[in-house]
Parts: sequence; structure tokens; C-alpha cells
Amino acid sequence: MSGTRVLLAAMLLIWPAHAATPAIELEPMQPNLDDKPSLQRGMRLYMNYCIGCHSLKFQRYERSADDLGIPHRVALDNLIFTGQAIGGLMETAIPQESAKNWFGGPPPDLTMVDKVRGTAWVYNMLKSFYLDPTRPFGVNNRVFEGIGMPHVLIGLQGVPELKNKRPKALDLLAGDPLGNGELVPAGDDGRRRFVPNRDNQVLEVRPGTGALSAEEYDQAAYDIANFLHYVGEPGRQKRKEIGVWVLAFLVGLFILATLLNREYWKDVR
Amino acid sequence: MAESTPDRALTRLVAWIDQRFPLTKVVEEHATKYYAPKNFNFWYYFGVLASVVLVLQLLTGIWLTMAYVPSGDGAFASVEYIMRDVEYGDIIRYLHSTGASAFFVVVYLHMFRGLAYGSYQRPRELVWLIGIGIFLVLMAEGFFGYLLPWGNMSYWGAQVIVSLVGAIPVIGEDLMIWVRGDYLMSEITLNRFFALHVVALPLALVGLVFVHIVALHKVGSNNPDGVEIKDNKDENGIPVDGIPFHPYYTVHDFQATIVFLFIFCAVVFFAPEMFGYFLEKPNFEQANPLKTPELIAPVWYYTPYYSMLRASTFPLFGLQAKFWGFVVMVAAILMPAMLPWLDRSPVRSMRYKGLASKVMLALLVVSFFILGYLGTIHTTPLTTGMAQVCTMIYFAYFVLMPWYTRVERTKTPPERLT
Repeated sequence: MSGTRVLLAAMLLIWPAHAATPAIELEPMQPNLDDKPSLQRGMRLYMNYCIGCHSLKFQRYERSADDLGIPHRVALDNLIFTGQAIGGLMETAIPQESAKNWFGGPPPDLTMVDKVRGTAWVYNMLKSFYLDPTRPFGVNNRVFEGIGMPHVLIGLQGVPELKNKRPKALDLLAGDPLGNGELVPAGDDGRRRFVPNRDNQVLEVRPGTGALSAEEYDQAAYDIANFLHYVGEPGRQKRKEIGVWVLAFLVGLFILATLLNREYWKDVR
Repeated sequence: MAESTPDRALTRLVAWIDQRFPLTKVVEEHATKYYAPKNFNFWYYFGVLASVVLVLQLLTGIWLTMAYVPSGDGAFASVEYIMRDVEYGDIIRYLHSTGASAFFVVVYLHMFRGLAYGSYQRPRELVWLIGIGIFLVLMAEGFFGYLLPWGNMSYWGAQVIVSLVGAIPVIGEDLMIWVRGDYLMSEITLNRFFALHVVALPLALVGLVFVHIVALHKVGSNNPDGVEIKDNKDENGIPVDGIPFHPYYTVHDFQATIVFLFIFCAVVFFAPEMFGYFLEKPNFEQANPLKTPELIAPVWYYTPYYSMLRASTFPLFGLQAKFWGFVVMVAAILMPAMLPWLDRSPVRSMRYKGLASKVMLALLVVSFFILGYLGTIHTTPLTTGMAQVCTMIYFAYFVLMPWYTRVERTKTPPERLT
């Protein structure tokens, strides 16, 4: 067996561990590219909280500013923190080598995250962080279990905690009649473990810990997801506008072609 | 009435050219005095539509090449550059990517027409064989082109197909390295695929399409009745049931082309990814040799053959199952080339063939669709079983044809077109 195929087989075995299939059902989210204020807020949040690690390296500041109706001066003063020109690609300032040391891998570029995972995924993921002291950054994510980043928006959202819908002690005593999770047999460390049933848990934000209310935070998550939807394909709206004209032209041409065809074919028996 | 001055000038120009190049002769032979049967139906649009798509692919391809960078570092970024920074680049790219799928849609329908009306039968064997050649080149063209965006599905899809070569006994491993030019899919592979996709195969394609049409015009077009119109000629030697291709079929095809373009543009402008069937989601991530997509599935137009490949699950004669899958897939693609010699029916068209032919063709189409769907999903024992049954049906259509076309009761075709 060749080295390549060994590698292939090994990767197929490893893959499920990486698979970020959401553990919970995604809340639907409908992006709206006509909502310019939302896109502008989304860009501002992204520039303040995300681009420090996650580049949008295929997209240019100028294109974003123009499409979102932001004057270049305003963008240069308030949104571009890398000293780049307005025509520059939206790079991140994080040194890639250090990022590998800090996070175990460089934070991925997110230009196309919307295309790869979907807008609803991004929206839900931003709302699904929760405290988990077993993780290196103290948080985990219900949509992306084992996520390797801190909860950057915690100052806005507040401290999110995962709570069982019913008292945990009761489940443990009764062998989980309420479906909150199950005790799994002893592993290598000789301890039995309680594995919570994620479906039966709710996220609760510790009151008074975030700068935004729950509704405001939802809106912020929506705005960022909406912005990333735009960044995934900035030409989307223009394309559809042109498409309407193209189809209308073809309808007109079809009418003429039909008349021409009828004129010629009337003498074929 | 005397000819006006511009008309006279034009006549003189044409005469001048005709002395040096057979312009009028070519136009007459292939258009104004090329007599086509007057009863062409819906199924006869797809040859012209395939030419339309070919031109579209050539033009959009040329423009994409102007901004595309065929390198491991640059390919993925250059596609996004085309999508974002090139004027109308996104539309040019979607025309090209949707065009690839449209090409296969019209070519599959064109081939189905050939099966239904016996267009491969004598004297059109060469037209058919050249057509099969075009289909093979088209499949290769699509395969090489799919690697160029250097997305993760590009990478892994090509990896899976190239690795099939490795299943060939004895020489497989070395052959696979030769095809890739490297020990794994790399920039070398990308560069050669690029050369084949933008130069070698388009040349072959255009050349084959040219001889396809030359051969067709030599023998004349078949028609839904499968009756030879050349058997009934008037005193001038013109087929009674024939009409000049131009203007009758040019205006007809013009109309059909607009309908086609309407549907095509609806996809290009409003659903270019076609819900992941034309552009697959993992391909929006850059090629990553360390991250296999959850499900490696080829684009829809290869999935029937991909299913047949996966349907082979057991080793035979000491050769691995994968090798036999490869053999089955190649055989499935080449099988239609045998049709002119497998069909023993006294009639051409499905209209006059017997029940067995009709049932077998229907089964072929149904199994092809099922195989196509199965190729887009994960395998389970059930789907593998289904794929095996459908593969059997697919081959039965061809292998049993000499028998069922001879024993079935056929109807007598009319003397002239209906």
C-alpha cells in the first residue's frame, strides 16, 4: 500500500473527530442584503472583534465600503486598523506563526464561511458559546463543539452558562428518567462520567454581566452573520438585478423569434 | 427591377471570394441546400444547443483565463479575484460553471434522442462514434476543469479519480505518479490539468464537433420516424420530405436557443450554485491535503458512472474491487459505442420498435437517474445493492439488445414521413 493511501485511510479515520456537525438544531436566520444599517453594524462589529484573528483576505475594504454605503474617509478612520490603503485586502494583523502556537492552528479566513457553512450556522454559532472550564479558553460552543477560540463577544453578551432544564441531582439519583443525560461506564481514569443531553439544556446568560440585552445581542449576531453573508459573495445583488433585465430581454426576443419562425414555417406542409 | 448598387457590390464580392474559396458551395451544402427532414421534434434541438454551449464555454473560458492564475498559491485566490475584483467576473465565471452542467444536460438529451430514434444505425455509425468521442473528451474536459478552482472538493475529487489508475495491476502505482506528475496532487498536477483543459481538449473538442457535423451532412439527418428521406426525391433530386436547413431550421433553432438561454440564465443569475449540485459547498474552501471533505461526491454529471464504480464491492481473480469498479465504469462509458452493431432491429425509430425495446430504454433511463442520485449520497448496504441492480440493468440494455431487438414484433414504418 502506498504512502498516499495510508494517509488517505488515516484521514478518513480521523475525520469524524473534526466534523463540526451541530449538536443542536439551528435557529433559522434569513439574511437581508437590503438592510444596509445591519450590514454596516455587522462590518463595524467584525472590524472591532473578529478581524484581529480572522482575515477576509479575498475581499477589499473599498468594495465593502462602496457596497455598504460607507464613505472612504469614514472607513479609513473607523474601520481599518492595519494602516492599509482603502484598496487593500481585508487582512488580519495576527502573526500566523504565533497564532499557531496560541490556538494550535492559524484562525481560518472567513471570507467564504457563509458559503461553506451557511448563514444560519454563523448566526447560531455566535449565540452558542457557553462556559466550559475543561476547555483551554474556558468556553465551548453548542454549534461547534471543541471550538479552539475564546468567546470574544462575552463583553457584549455576558457570561453564558449551560443549565439543565431540570435539577441535575435528581437525574443522577434516578438514573436519568428525565433525559438530561446519562452516566457512562468508567473510562481509563476509572471514573464514571455524566454526559449531559444537550437537547435538554438551555443557555442562560448570567444577569448583568453583558453590555447588551438579550435582544440587542441577537441583533449583533444577526448583523455579523448578515455581513458575512454579504462578504461571501459581494456581487450577489447586482447579479440578480442584471438577471431580471437579461430574462426580460430574452422574453422580448422570443416573441420576435416566434413571429419570424411562424412567418417562415407557414408554407411547410 | 434592376439590382441596387449595394446588392451588386455584394454579388461581386461573393463572386470574387468564390473564385478563391468555395464560399457559396459551402453555404449551400451545409445550410441553404442541406435538406433536413421536415418532422424534427423537441428532441432535435439539443445538437444545436450543444454547439451554443460549446461557443459559450470557449468564450467565457478565454475571458476567465485572462485573470486565472494556475498555481498552488494563486489558483483559489484568483478565482475569488475574478468573483470580486474583475468587472462582471462573477457572471463570466457562473456562465462557465453553469455552462459545464448545461453542456452535459443537452448532451445527455442529445444522446437519448439517438437511442430513441436509432440514429446510430447504418449509415450513421461514424456520426455516432464521433459523438461518443466528443462525449469522452467532454468528460475529460469537465474533470480537468473541476480541479482548476483548487477548492477542497476539486482537490479530493481529482485525488479519488486519479487514484483509480493506481488500482490497475502491476503498473498502477507508477502510472498514477506519472498522471499526477508527483507523489500527491500538487501544483504540477494543477498546471498540466490547466494545459489540457484550456488548450489540448478544447482543440480536440472543436475538431471532433467539426467532423461530427461533416459526417452528419454526408449521410443526412435521421428523424423521429427513422425513415430515410433520400429514398423519396422529386424530379430535381430534392427529397420530397426535406426542407432546407436554412432558413427553416435556423429560425426554429433560434427560437429554441432563446428558450434554452432563458432557463440557463435563470440558473446563472438566480441559483448559480444550484443548491450545491453545480458548485459544491466544500469547494469554497481552499484545497487542503490534510482535510478530507465529509462526503466526496463528483459533480452530478459523473455520478451515474461514479455509482457504478462504487457498486463493485468484491475482489475477483486476485484483483481488488476498486480495479473492477474502474473496469465497470470505463465499460459503462464505452458501451454505447457498440450500439450500431448490437441493434439488430429492422426498424430505426422507437415508434416502430417492439415493446421489449421500449421497456428496456425506459429501464435504462430510470436506472441511470437512480444511479445518478445514489452517486451524490453516502453508501449504505441498501444503496449499494440498488446501485448493483441498476448497473445490471444498464448493461442489460446493451448486452441483451441483439436478442430482444430480433425477437420482438415490430411495426412497419410508413413509406414517407408522418
